[in-house]
Amino acid sequence: MYAFNYHKPATVADAAALASQHADGKLLAGGMTLLPTMKQRLAQPSDIIDMGKLNDLKGIEVKDGVVTIKAMTRHVTVATSAEVRKAIPALAELAGGIGDPAVRNRGTIGGSVANNDPAADYPAACLALGATIHTNKRAIAADDFFTGLFETALGEGEIITSISFPAPDKANYQKFRNPASRYAIVGVFVAKKGGDVRVAVTGAGDSGVFRQKDFEAALKANFAVAALDGKHQPEKGLNSDIHADAEYRAHLIGVMAKRAVAAAK
Amino acid sequence: MPKVSMTVNGKPVSGDVDSRTLLVQFLRETLRLTGTHVGCDTSQCGCCVVHVDGDAVKSCTALALSLEGADVRTIEGLANGDKLHPMQEAFRENHGLQCGFCTPGMIMTAVELVSRKGHTLDEKTIREELEGNLCRCTGYHNIVKAIAAGATAMGAKA
Ligand SMILES: Cc1cc2nc3c(=O)[nH]c(=O)nc-3n(C[C@H](O)[C@H](O)[C@H](O)COP(=O)(O)OP(=O)(O)OC[C@H]3O[C@@H](n4cnc5c(N)ncnc54)[C@H](O)[C@@H]3O)c2cc1C
Ligand code: FES
Ligand code: FES
Repeated sequence: MYAFNYHKPATVADAAALASQHADGKLLAGGMTLLPTMKQRLAQPSDIIDMGKLNDLKGIEVKDGVVTIKAMTRHVTVATSAEVRKAIPALAELAGGIGDPAVRNRGTIGGSVANNDPAADYPAACLALGATIHTNKRAIAADDFFTGLFETALGEGEIITSISFPAPDKANYQKFRNPASRYAIVGVFVAKKGGDVRVAVTGAGDSGVFRQKDFEAALKANFAVAALDGKHQPEKGLNSDIHADAEYRAHLIGVMAKRAVAAAK
Repeated sequence: MPKVSMTVNGKPVSGDVDSRTLLVQFLRETLRLTGTHVGCDTSQCGCCVVHVDGDAVKSCTALALSLEGADVRTIEGLANGDKLHPMQEAFRENHGLQCGFCTPGMIMTAVELVSRKGHTLDEKTIREELEGNLCRCTGYHNIVKAIAAGATAMGAKA
């Protein structure tokens, strides 16, 4: 790991000030992505701004059918929250399927969403549930937030403070895991709210998480597994790598979407 | 150099560290607690698992400075004098190790697992919970058996 200056601010405002002061600095949340990257010398931040003391950024609130999870809330907390399990069971299950117990004990929702790894789980939940990402500066709709591989709408020094998820009528997430890394080879999140259905796919797209609008249209007409019969995800725009080629991923998207519809609750 | 203080195995400790010092380096190199191992570079193997405020954490993926004031327990902190912790004893009884490299992490993960899921653990739960701990020797079978037995023994003691 390269050397850096370490800061541990006590308030979000101080953290934001430090982040904008140090253009080559990095915010540190659970460190489960940033620290491995730094250990491999794939990142060389001049400054580390540790958010570990920002207790304002921890916690979960459910109000008027909206689940708001603050950015520094750990995956384990979401997975085991009775409130989340009741309002959006699919979200609690998704959190409980991230990595392994030690990763879930440190990793945070804010870090996962800010990082926008193309194989990460939370971005699919954000898109399918129509979440809003709140920062120290503004509120951003999930549809406008994920802009490409590891790219988001966040500006310099902008900090995610919370993410709010409107509770759907029914939802489910199905993940086909890479057995070694535990990340998604393909993950499909399906959510139905009133007449609207949203289907988000992670792990597969060559520019990250995306909505499968063809599947959405079919499921809006008829929210049933059979509605997806004969629907195909095109291979164009999907990743091919040593784990799975585009053809295989395209097929898996159909299979995972059907499983998610069947299991939605 | 910045200074860090924490409690390790019940004792207050502190040391001057470079900002990039990982918890595992602080434990092994500064405190000479070499029971916690490093088996990978990618945060995947779990040989380095210790407890931080009761949670199983990969000590290779946390900065020592982030853990200012934390309560840390390592494999050295489990036994009671010469008497092994019931989970350690269960690994011995059930041949839950061969080379032993992964064992400290396995045991720390197992002890935390019992604190969350109780004393009666089925094979499926144990295997799922061992997702983040790799063993290159045993094929896991005896580790799973050891953890089930250790969990029961921890209950009997309590
Ligand atoms: C072995 C292993 C397995 C894993 N498996 C999975 C998996 O199956 N699925 C999955 O989705 N993920 C997986 N992960 C990643 C894990 O979920 C991480 O916790 C997550 O991606 C990053 O969260 P973090 O809190 O650790 O962030 P950090 O690593 O601390 O930060 C990540 C990035 O986000 C930025 N950041 C952090 N918080 C904020 C914020 N509030 N505002 C703005 N920017 C911020 C940081 O500056 C940094 O660039 C795995 C990780 C490991 C090590
Ligand atoms: S040394 Fe491999 S996970 Fe920590
Ligand atoms: S006993 Fe050798 S790695 Fe597990």
